[in-house]
Amino acid sequence: MSSTGARLLGARLPTHPMAWWIWALGLAAAASRTTNPFLLLLIVAAAAFVVVARRPLTTWARGFRAYLIFGLVVVAIRTVFHIVLGGGYGETVLVWLPEIMLPEWSAGIRIGGAVTAEGLASAVYDGMRLATLLVCVGAAVTLADPRRLLKSLPGALYEAGLVVVVAVSMAPALIESAVHVRRARQLRGTSARGSRAFRSIAMPVLDQALGRAVALAAAMDARGYGRVGSLTVGARRTSAALLLAGLLGLCLAGYGLLDAATPGSVTVPALVVGVAASVIGLVIGSRRMVRSRYRPDRFDLRSALVALCGLAVAALFFLTELSGLAISHPSTFPLDWPQLALIPLIGIAIAALPGVASTPIEPPPELTQGPLVPNLLAQGVLESEVGVGHRVADRVRVR
Amino acid sequence: MISFENVSVRYSGAGSDALTGVDLVVPPGEFCLVVGPTGSGKTTLLGTATGHVPHFTGGLLRGRVLVGSRDTRTHPPRELADVVGMVGQRPMDGFVTDSVEDELAFVMESLALEPAVMRRRVEETLDLLGLADVRREPLAELSSGQQQRVAIGAAMTAHPQVLVLDEPTSALDPGAAEDVLAALHRLVHDLGVTVLLSEHRLERVVQYADSVLSLTAPGEPVRYGLPGEVLAESRVAPPVVALGKLAGWAPLPVSVRDARRLAPALRQRLGDAAPPVRELPAAAGLTSEPVLRAKGVWQRYRRGPAVLRGVDLDVRAGAVLAIMGRNGAGKTTLLSALQGGLKPERGTVTLDGDPVHTLAARARRRLVSLVPQEPGDLIYLDTVDAECAQADTESDAAPGSTLTLFARLIPGVSAELDPRDLSEGQRLSLVLAIQLAGGPRVVLLDEPTRGLDYAAKDRLTEILSDFARTGTAVVLSSHDVEFVAATADRVAVLSDGEVIADAATAEVVLSSPTYAPQVAKILAPGTWLTVHQVEAALLAGDPLRWGQAGQASRADLLSSPEVLR
Repeated sequence: MSSTGARLLGARLPTHPMAWWIWALGLAAAASRTTNPFLLLLIVAAAAFVVVARRPLTTWARGFRAYLIFGLVVVAIRTVFHIVLGGGYGETVLVWLPEIMLPEWSAGIRIGGAVTAEGLASAVYDGMRLATLLVCVGAAVTLADPRRLLKSLPGALYEAGLVVVVAVSMAPALIESAVHVRRARQLRGTSARGSRAFRSIAMPVLDQALGRAVALAAAMDARGYGRVGSLTVGARRTSAALLLAGLLGLCLAGYGLLDAATPGSVTVPALVVGVAASVIGLVIGSRRMVRSRYRPDRFDLRSALVALCGLAVAALFFLTELSGLAISHPSTFPLDWPQLALIPLIGIAIAALPGVASTPIEPPPELTQGPLVPNLLAQGVLESEVGVGHRVADRVRVR
Repeated sequence: MISFENVSVRYSGAGSDALTGVDLVVPPGEFCLVVGPTGSGKTTLLGTATGHVPHFTGGLLRGRVLVGSRDTRTHPPRELADVVGMVGQRPMDGFVTDSVEDELAFVMESLALEPAVMRRRVEETLDLLGLADVRREPLAELSSGQQQRVAIGAAMTAHPQVLVLDEPTSALDPGAAEDVLAALHRLVHDLGVTVLLSEHRLERVVQYADSVLSLTAPGEPVRYGLPGEVLAESRVAPPVVALGKLAGWAPLPVSVRDARRLAPALRQRLGDAAPPVRELPAAAGLTSEPVLRAKGVWQRYRRGPAVLRGVDLDVRAGAVLAIMGRNGAGKTTLLSALQGGLKPERGTVTLDGDPVHTLAARARRRLVSLVPQEPGDLIYLDTVDAECAQADTESDAAPGSTLTLFARLIPGVSAELDPRDLSEGQRLSLVLAIQLAGGPRVVLLDEPTRGLDYAAKDRLTEILSDFARTGTAVVLSSHDVEFVAATADRVAVLSDGEVIADAATAEVVLSSPTYAPQVAKILAPGTWLTVHQVEAALLAGDPLRWGQAGQASRADLLSSPEVLR
């Protein structure tokens, strides 16, 4: 890319966390529109590619593998459920399981019986779709630190958001505390197991967690968290009510979008009302302006590109589904080999595009650690000629 | 700047006041040190200045506290954020974000300052507190001294007129504590901030203070005035003040520098006397053979750099060994390795020749016992009694022996209490009793003096000496130079996972300005370490003249029977 192009795309700014979420949700929406296993696998591959290329070097970003494993577990569970409580349609019987007859009132439920290839395929496809949705959310969490996302939240949502983020980040501290207590238990030489051992570890851990939570609450209070601005009680309540209504509308609309059976006459009005109510609620709630933002993330062209990629993928998959071909939902009865087509494949390529087109992650500061290099920089020694110079400049750059 | 107008506090459900009749004014720009034994209401007093008492803690506040010109009765802490900054004991517990810059900006965001102002203040604060090098680092990866400085910076970016700090250096090694206090000193000088700071280890801070506010016990009157005057009467006093009282210096010096200028006369009086060398008990047929022996111990945590790099250490019966060193030097890891909870990656730790990590946890506990840094980790039952009974079964001791030991360590605590309601000192005693009931041959203590006041530390010194006298080997890690000087026979200094010094206490601490106790600094080139030593020498030298003065000051020093409270 030419240097002009790089400047135009804002070569320096990290990708906006909101852009990653839009991208990931776009992928999730696309995945919800298909049961084609190849397409679903390709979506997962595209998401994984982008994560590997652009994941930040923080603790948060180490969890993507867990989402992949969780996805596999989901597929496995869905399959096992089908085998045990299978619907039993299809002709190609693979195995006969012993069948348990259930009483009259449980009509429609059957345990055991024939396991057919058709039913199995349909269950696996379904599981894969769910797993792909999960992986997409995992990609968003990995790529965009929730704390950074917090900075971009509208003022009215900030406080609730902070509580959620702090609660989530308490989890590692809890695990650490459990490890400490477990080690301490060994010091007492006990080999208690079961509920006794659980109690002996849970009590001190919870005790410490509570202590920490109180300390944190006190610290946040002392630092002005929750200051009430000029907003009147009435306005605050209106804002809250509107937000709640908006959230309901958005939930409805989201359900409608993900579930093809919901008629558009429900989805579209819900979407419009939901968005409108949320926006008005946020505007009123944020008007109190008791907070400002320190170095907020900026939504530059590159970020816009990332978000657009997500939207485009979703649009292409919708298009594929609407075109009525069997690409999106390969037939399982009769069982057919799933087909691929050009349009969704273009979508996959677009989904993977942020992996190369978004702003690269800043290299780790390891090379410049220690007081020596910054000191040299301060003396003007390292500015340009030494290899690590630009990294040093990166670290101390005034944005 | 802060005016307390006849302030009393009573917590809900409590039978008596936690704080009574505080009536004084702390003028602007003053560095005021709050002192007092544990449980005397220091934290409550600090809380009233930030508005946390009673808005956050509950309870009833009578009288009025004005900060700047704001009444804390009508302003909760969040509405005082631009006037008062608060820094706690454990900075990590109070961090809201995960990076240095965001943490510094948090309070300014709450105050809705302009982005340009925030940017400028963050840069200024980074420079002022020497944090520019670590501005992008995650908070969890900073050293504890750096974390504490970030916490101070996070309060300072709001440009408050008052800074309230509750034992800000209690978890820090001497060097890091110096850094934090120097940073504070700079804030007081350059920005005219009023500082209200509580601390147990007065020797670290008293020389920075303009005034001292002394609390004795809940319900008793508060004294406020110049450091020398107040500390002369106080139950808690740093060694320099205790020495000054012993020698009858007037005005009473509070800094080592002032004391040194008055010291020649005392040095002369001491003449050729030398501090006694404690002898290892020859009783019980103890030999000089080490009980526990570490040889070339290497230890690393997953993928991290090595924490211990070839540590050799001998632990002898009947002696107290102190391990000192910076935060993160590997002290806790070394203690775990000595206890056998960690299998050394390379090297061996042997107990009478057997590798200690191969022993079963239960058997090991009876031989080598470790009191961890957080005593609370070991406690999980509802009453002291149940906890002690549990310890008896665990260590195969006779029923009731743990409780008896606990009562001996700290008389007068009800066995029906919930261990979580005990004070730090009481809880430490309980854990000591639990871990010592089985009569182990080696006792390891990780940072045992945290949160203890002088009286409690004196008591702990006595207890540990008692154990050593009966042939137990005691190993402790500590940042507290005064405690180590009074307690340990031998000191090993760890740095970067290696033992860089291992010799008799006097030899190690006298050769280092960081680890030298105050008395040593004052009486150099003499080799005196503690006020007790000086006192004993004076008594021996001139019993008639020094007898009475010595008795009086000794009573002061050991204060009351309710030690370890």
